[in-house]
Amino acid sequence: MKKIEAIIKPFKLDEVKDALSEVGLAGMTVTEVKGFGRQKGHTEVYRGSEYTVDFLPKIKLEVVVADGQVEEASKAICEAAKTGKIGDGKVFILPVEEAIRIRTDEKGEEAV
Amino acid sequence: MKKTKPWISRLLLAAFMAVGMLAPGAYAAENDNSTKAPPYDVQANLAELKAELAKAGEGNKEGIEKKIGTLEYAVENGITLESGFTDDEDGDADILQSYVGLSGGVTTKYEYAFDFFNVSMLWTVIAAALVFIMHLGFSALEVGLTRSKNTVNILFKNAFIISAGLITYALFGFNTHYPLGDWNTVENWLSFGAPIGDLNDGGTDFSYGPGAVLCMTGFGDFIFQAMFAATAATIVSGAVAERVKLSTFMIFATLLVGIAYPIVGSWHWGGGVLDGWGFKDFAGSAVVHAFGGFAALACVIILGPRKGKYDSDGNVKPIPGHNMPFAAVGVFLLWFGWYGFNGGSVLSAAPGPLGLVFTTTSLAAAAGVVSAALVSWIVFSKPDLSMALNGALAGLVGITANADIVTAKGAVVIGLIAGVIVVFSVIALDKAKIDDPVGAISVHGTCGIWGILAAYFFQVEGSGVELGVQIKGILLVAAAAFIFSLVVFGALKVIMGVRVSEEEEIEGLDLAEHGQEAYPDFTVKSEN
Repeated sequence: MKKIEAIIKPFKLDEVKDALSEVGLAGMTVTEVKGFGRQKGHTEVYRGSEYTVDFLPKIKLEVVVADGQVEEASKAICEAAKTGKIGDGKVFILPVEEAIRIRTDEKGEEAV
Repeated sequence: MKKTKPWISRLLLAAFMAVGMLAPGAYAAENDNSTKAPPYDVQANLAELKAELAKAGEGNKEGIEKKIGTLEYAVENGITLESGFTDDEDGDADILQSYVGLSGGVTTKYEYAFDFFNVSMLWTVIAAALVFIMHLGFSALEVGLTRSKNTVNILFKNAFIISAGLITYALFGFNTHYPLGDWNTVENWLSFGAPIGDLNDGGTDFSYGPGAVLCMTGFGDFIFQAMFAATAATIVSGAVAERVKLSTFMIFATLLVGIAYPIVGSWHWGGGVLDGWGFKDFAGSAVVHAFGGFAALACVIILGPRKGKYDSDGNVKPIPGHNMPFAAVGVFLLWFGWYGFNGGSVLSAAPGPLGLVFTTTSLAAAAGVVSAALVSWIVFSKPDLSMALNGALAGLVGITANADIVTAKGAVVIGLIAGVIVVFSVIALDKAKIDDPVGAISVHGTCGIWGILAAYFFQVEGSGVELGVQIKGILLVAAAAFIFSLVVFGALKVIMGVRVSEEEEIEGLDLAEHGQEAYPDFTVKSEN
């Protein structure tokens, strides 16, 4: 099992979700996060004074998949989230030791 | 975080309020405004008018006949009159300045004066209700332009101010504001007034005596002016938001609205020193707005800027407001309420002045938005919503002193200039480290000065406004508000402190002062 963590542009969430559904993934968790990478922040103006907003709003999407699905799922995310402009985000893939479905106590890939 | 509160400040607050309520004779004294006019003899007046009619030329006869008819109508219907006709300043209508117990079902053609009184009185109480709505406008604007962690505190302050304002105005303010020639302490400067007391005795019918154009009962006048009074302290509330200590502010606001405001107001509207000079301030650019603005300036100087507003090099670090929709709603409500503020200050429903004042008020507000928006666009290279909103208020404050003596074209120019002034005033105050989260000092103080000067520059012929008097007058009002606030707020700083601790400021006044949140649903908790 692997966990795919993707940081994406918020407006791409629907497309990424649909792309993941198409490759057969039924669940995911999303979080509103803020941060910056190469894109850096941007400046805003309030009552005549400029200020820098360093941390831009992003969506962090987390999905745990069976080893066989990792390639397909990460490809789907990258394709759906890509705009080609700076700030598209990143995908991280991490190993997962165990998964348990709380309702049924199923374990392992059965549970994801 | 510091959980313990200095008990002394609460005790002082309670003691202060108790003394106000229990002051000797607080409810005993009567309003004696009604007894000043000499007794009026309706029969003698009728005889005079009939003699006048006999001599009058054809053109004047109809008017005199109407007056005679009106008086006869009153006599026939058992209406007690306290005074006869007085010519109103605009020649729109002769107003019978008395009114007792006129009931419905009036049918004769001579009912005009009484109808006029009824309509004027109705307009006055509607205007009072409109001014009340301005307090919701002030609250919403202040909430919108500050951070969410201080919202409960701001709403609490605003709810308190309107209430303290109304009560102190009844206890002391109204009769201090309007000594009506009876200066009991210092001629033309100070007259300590009694509580409104038993307005039931004169409040439903009294007038201010011959010569004034005032078509309302005592209660009508009281409630309209009482709604005005609290606005001065509300202006301060916005400027000191997000760091002022609640108990200190409550005491200061009560003293400002209860004592300083009616005394300064009496110099102009109560027939005092400003009135003697011939100072022109129609609805209060100086005695309400600049008064509030300069009181706010003194408080902000003593209080210092919010934590985080300036970096270590002294550069401005803006603290964006948390809810622009609230700020916009607030400004629209203030604009709406201003129709009562200026329109009600006509003090009757005289059609000529009322239409003019509504028009000039609207045009100035609109022009203020346009110019503030354009200037902010040019200067900041982006159109700033909060500046456009401040522009509306700037135009409104600018027209308040002169709404009844300028042309429609003049009103547009006054508004345009006010909109420019407010933007640069906000920038200048920010640079000077005078941190005013809502721009109250610029809107009410700076543009209040502009309104007073504009009364001279844009007056229509025959208004008789003098520049020297306007300058002298605005300096007096501004200095009085500033010095009073400097002394009282300064003294409160020594006695109980004016500012919350740094920890409390960071945590937010909602939690620190009230233990409440404005938006508790946004925290993680178990749903039921």
